Amino acid sequence: MKRTLMKGNEALAEAAIRAGCRAYFGYPITPQNEVPEYMARHMPGAGGVFVQAESEIAAINMVHGAAGAGVRAMATTSSPGFSLMTEGLSYMIGSRLPCVVVNVMRGGPGLGNIAPAQGDYFQVTRGLGHGDTHGIVLAPSTVQEIVDLMPVAFELAERYRLPTVIAADGILGQMMEPVALPEPIAPPPPPEWATTGAVGSPRVISSIYLAPEELEQHVLSLMRTYQEIREREQRWEAYRADDAEVLVVAYGTAARVVRSAVDRVRAQGVAAGLIRPITLWPFPTSAFEMSPRRWLVVELSAGQMVEDVRLAVSGRAPVGLYGRVGGVVPSPAEVSEAIRAAVAEEVAWA
Amino acid sequence: MVEVTARPRSLVDVPLHYCPGCTHGIIHRLVAEAIDSLGIRERTIGVASVGCSVFIYNYLDVDFQQAPHGRAPAVATGIKRVLPDRVVFTYQGDGDLASIGAAEILHAAARGERITVIFVNNAIYGMTGGQMAPTTLSGMKTTTTPFGREIRQAGGALRVVELLAGMDGVAYAAREAVTSPARIHRARRAVEAAFRAQIEDRGLGIVELLSTCPVNWKLPPVEAVAWCEANMIPAFPLGVLKDTTGSGG
Repeated sequence: MKRTLMKGNEALAEAAIRAGCRAYFGYPITPQNEVPEYMARHMPGAGGVFVQAESEIAAINMVHGAAGAGVRAMATTSSPGFSLMTEGLSYMIGSRLPCVVVNVMRGGPGLGNIAPAQGDYFQVTRGLGHGDTHGIVLAPSTVQEIVDLMPVAFELAERYRLPTVIAADGILGQMMEPVALPEPIAPPPPPEWATTGAVGSPRVISSIYLAPEELEQHVLSLMRTYQEIREREQRWEAYRADDAEVLVVAYGTAARVVRSAVDRVRAQGVAAGLIRPITLWPFPTSAFEMSPRRWLVVELSAGQMVEDVRLAVSGRAPVGLYGRVGGVVPSPAEVSEAIRAAVAEEVAWA
Repeated sequence: MVEVTARPRSLVDVPLHYCPGCTHGIIHRLVAEAIDSLGIRERTIGVASVGCSVFIYNYLDVDFQQAPHGRAPAVATGIKRVLPDRVVFTYQGDGDLASIGAAEILHAAARGERITVIFVNNAIYGMTGGQMAPTTLSGMKTTTTPFGREIRQAGGALRVVELLAGMDGVAYAAREAVTSPARIHRARRAVEAAFRAQIEDRGLGIVELLSTCPVNWKLPPVEAVAWCEANMIPAFPLGVLKDTTGSGG
């Protein structure tokens, strides 16, 4: 298959168009600016629309409108912008509207910096906005995987009528890798619930349920969807895990570093392996039925995913953390050292 | 028997939830009449906004999306861009449009979005219980201006259509009131003209309608109408501020 050298941000934009996305709304924020730039150039030729919104708030609400009209719609942003989008995401969840939002995470809190980080883990997995909210969260670790997950993201969003978030980071957005692009698909026709003009009976898309009992029923229905997603959509990858004495858990860019570190320490006789969650929500709890002597979580945040790992491991083995923050990406040598320390029981255990 | 007037086809025959003396009902009817007379019901999509009128979708027989507070022009943009042959309108109150949604309306206007904006100005936050709005008049008492709106502390009333009429993307901008049969007739023409600006692909059409809020103004309905005439109309002058057809609406 023909492979093209592409920057992560551009690859994800092209993958979205090929996956039938015909409405893209964005606002410039580093390190994802190549996405709106690519969409501005290529969306018109694909018969789609691009609007540079006046803010991330406006962008996600344009997605609301386009998604409600039955079109595959997407927004991309980076951490501070994602905070602004959570208002709109909560409304879209309340209204059961599908969409894809890509968060190319950077260092925080606040304006932080534009270096790669994973500090939005809580924000994307614990609730995508106010209220009882969840959306599927996919965490690619290569440019190819971003491309491969894009059609999956739209399909999942439409199957469950919820937003799907692709949690990437500054390295994945900025790095160039050879990718094989899929053949373009035609966008699906608008679903019957879309507001396309009241031919027949009018359709209403709303998140309002004023009566407490009605809202409770609505939220319980969302809960049933969330439960169905937990049971059916857990995705992860295991690497050299079968005989591992210490299993390292990492996603995205961190997982790439861990993979190299696992190979390093294996060469030195340490039986290490990697569990790489691909869905951050639902968290792939089924991957944690294995029984290593130690778990070690490596993340580009101050210890966020480690909480999900502790819940999944449920006290059956100690769980340690090696977290780097501020946009610092540890080297394979540093992570190797952390793995050796874990085996030597020199890291903080819970 | 000659039928002089009848319920518009686009207005659903159910009781309105609005307080007695509130003029949302009149404005709903004007929107329904415009949709009927332009023959656009089956290709119209409304965007409902946060506030008393959020339930407009129970009363108008067209497709609707409900938007977050202030974001209706952005939601409408998303709909209109993917369905350019449909007629898309927002129905927004003053808190929604002039305060939290100021950026959204300003930039939708700047882009010349082909949408129609029905802007209901009653100079106060209605649904949340009578707090100061951007359009609250100088000296007017509200729950958050208990001593009267004082300009130095709280700023002055925002005149939205004057602001928007100066923008190139706006094809039609008018302000009318619904306080008398004659004014309602003028308002009807303005609403229809605001829709025509979109249908004729000229730009954004906005009509601001001065409305009453007897409960939060703490006035009986008839006195509320008189108060609107005496206080709001001088502060918010009526008339067509811009019409790119040159017909004057």
